[in-house]
Amino acid sequence: MKLSSILIGACSVLALGATAQAETITIATVNNGDMIRMQGLTADFTAKNPGIELEWVTLEENILRQRVTTDVATNGGQFDVMTIGTYEVPIWAKQGWLVPLTALQDDPVYDAADILPAIAGGLSVDGTLYAAPFYGESSMVMYRTDLMEKAGLSMPDAPTWDFIADAARKMTDRDEGINGICLRGKAGWGENGAFITAMSNSFGARWFDEEWNAQFDQPEWKATLDFYVGLMNDAGPAGASSNGFNENLALFQQGKCGMWIDATVAASFVTSGDSTVADKVGFALAPDNGLGKRANWLWAWSLAIPSGSQKQDAAAKFVSWATDKAYLELVASKEGWAAVPPGTRTSLYENPEYLAAAPFAKMTLESINAADPTNPTVKPVPYVGVQFVAIPEFQGIANNVGQQFAAALAGTKTVDEALAEAQNITTREMRAAGY
Amino acid sequence: MARKVTLQRKLGFTALAWFLGCIMFFPIFWMILTSFKTEIDAIASPPLVFFQATWENYQLVLNQSDYLKYFGNSVVIAGGSTILALLVAIPSAWSMAFSPTRHTKDVLMWMLSTKMMPPVGVLVPIYLMLKYLGLLDTRTGLVIIMMLINLPIIIWMLYTYFKEIPSEILEASRMDGAVLWKEIVYVLLPMALPGIASTLLLNLILAWNEAFWTLNLTAANAAPLTAFIASYSSPEGLFWSKLSAASTMAIAPIMVLGWFSQKQLVTGLTFGAVK
Repeated sequence: MKLSSILIGACSVLALGATAQAETITIATVNNGDMIRMQGLTADFTAKNPGIELEWVTLEENILRQRVTTDVATNGGQFDVMTIGTYEVPIWAKQGWLVPLTALQDDPVYDAADILPAIAGGLSVDGTLYAAPFYGESSMVMYRTDLMEKAGLSMPDAPTWDFIADAARKMTDRDEGINGICLRGKAGWGENGAFITAMSNSFGARWFDEEWNAQFDQPEWKATLDFYVGLMNDAGPAGASSNGFNENLALFQQGKCGMWIDATVAASFVTSGDSTVADKVGFALAPDNGLGKRANWLWAWSLAIPSGSQKQDAAAKFVSWATDKAYLELVASKEGWAAVPPGTRTSLYENPEYLAAAPFAKMTLESINAADPTNPTVKPVPYVGVQFVAIPEFQGIANNVGQQFAAALAGTKTVDEALAEAQNITTREMRAAGY
Repeated sequence: MARKVTLQRKLGFTALAWFLGCIMFFPIFWMILTSFKTEIDAIASPPLVFFQATWENYQLVLNQSDYLKYFGNSVVIAGGSTILALLVAIPSAWSMAFSPTRHTKDVLMWMLSTKMMPPVGVLVPIYLMLKYLGLLDTRTGLVIIMMLINLPIIIWMLYTYFKEIPSEILEASRMDGAVLWKEIVYVLLPMALPGIASTLLLNLILAWNEAFWTLNLTAANAAPLTAFIASYSSPEGLFWSKLSAASTMAIAPIMVLGWFSQKQLVTGLTFGAVK
């Protein structure tokens, strides 16, 4: 009797031990301020979800993209939550590589209807959400208020390209090391490819017509690239074909740019203590040409659950925690409202405390709302995506096309040569891909 | 007069060697310097040589990441794969150097040709094989892959060193009654020790620095220092000084090892170069 009691007791302890063993989910993410902050708040999640431990894999954006693509395409199951962008979500969802987040969509506490419509649209396929946005961004004009005043101009809330070009040339002062405008020139689909594609939308250009024929031989593309190269030659920094986000951020923070058109997340950097011009920065919508489309993009770093994950329930709990309204309040309580990940929820932009803490909030919201990934161009297109085309072949093609654009900016090719080569590359690759 | 010319030439070559050495070391020097700057100082234009040094980046990196875990993985992967590769390569190189067949040269060339293929070409098959063997994100999986990746170079290096050793010495040991393993362990290895040491060190460095496979086949458990570095780079945000601190911490152990073993490394690499 005594022995059996001991055995039963031992079995109970073993069973309890087994149930008490924590389930560990692995999260692949990028290295940026918001994501690092989230890692610092892990304790809040584990306190609310005992039995689930978090393991982080932080990688540089391009390495992460390659790493998670290999894993999701082979059903590797190495990651339970992946940080992916608006480019991957529609492609991967159609492949059946992502778990649909229908439970989140139907959860009244999560309130998926509160997600900004433009962002939700970019992360959904046929109305079903496949990734939850962690932070969203568009692009806008950041400018030096003092230099604008010195040039005798006043920046409108919604400028045209002609105004931007005129202002850039007037603000340029080579003797003082001031460049009127700083724009992305570094080759790459996420660098100059993103900027020039978004810019081309406002000039009426498009990557493909409805039959998937490349359109770089059309006058709208010539107008776009002529304008870009001419403006950068007159008012851009030296060696601009090597400049991406970080290089332009450094130039702007050191007071060497009159204007900078780039990601809305940069607003918090240029107004932070690290910036020498923090108190002299104004914001405006990305420019247009009066054709109904602005030169702003749309991007959201989002959390998705790969189909190969063996811990989908625990992963869903994490995705919900990291992207719900309570998380925004958690960040605000720990680090202030200005540190809250922006661009995902309508309610954030109705919060007076956030609006007071983030002077760029209104322009960020307007920029995001002005982007329409399902209808990005003046003329009709067969694709989704503002600064990209959501097809698997786009990355490779746009990297090559970006090199042509960079060559035109560096002066090693003429605009016509660069566009002709872009047309050849795109036509060849699309034909090989069976379009 | 002849002595003066020799001295001038000596001085000239010394100056040239120092100049080239400084050029090669400059990026590492600049990385170490940047790791002690603030992010604003790191991006200053013109670049700052004199600045207020800070340990902040190292503190931040150590707080944010489990450096010792990455370091431990690097030691196991680089050390394990090198030792395993030597165990396979020594008998292989012995066989090819002292008992060659008419196909030995073809086998050697074939092995070398595997290094000419871009690694990404076999990423998916290897990823799937490791997945089905349950070896993804394990140190065992990485040790095996790194061993296979570096094996052609190790065999080639050892083959070259072994060819310098007169086969008559091995024959004499056989005549004295040495069995095969004794011939290799007691006769061949002591004579080829400088070559084996330099092969070991070179492959340790290669395995330590390898980034493609170590990044693509690991996640949270087996990630080495290459993944540690990759976690501090970002296309959107200022990160240069933190990345420099992480990189300095990642290369420091192998640099120290290289510094203390440079004599053996040079001896081995020039083994048989002058007859």
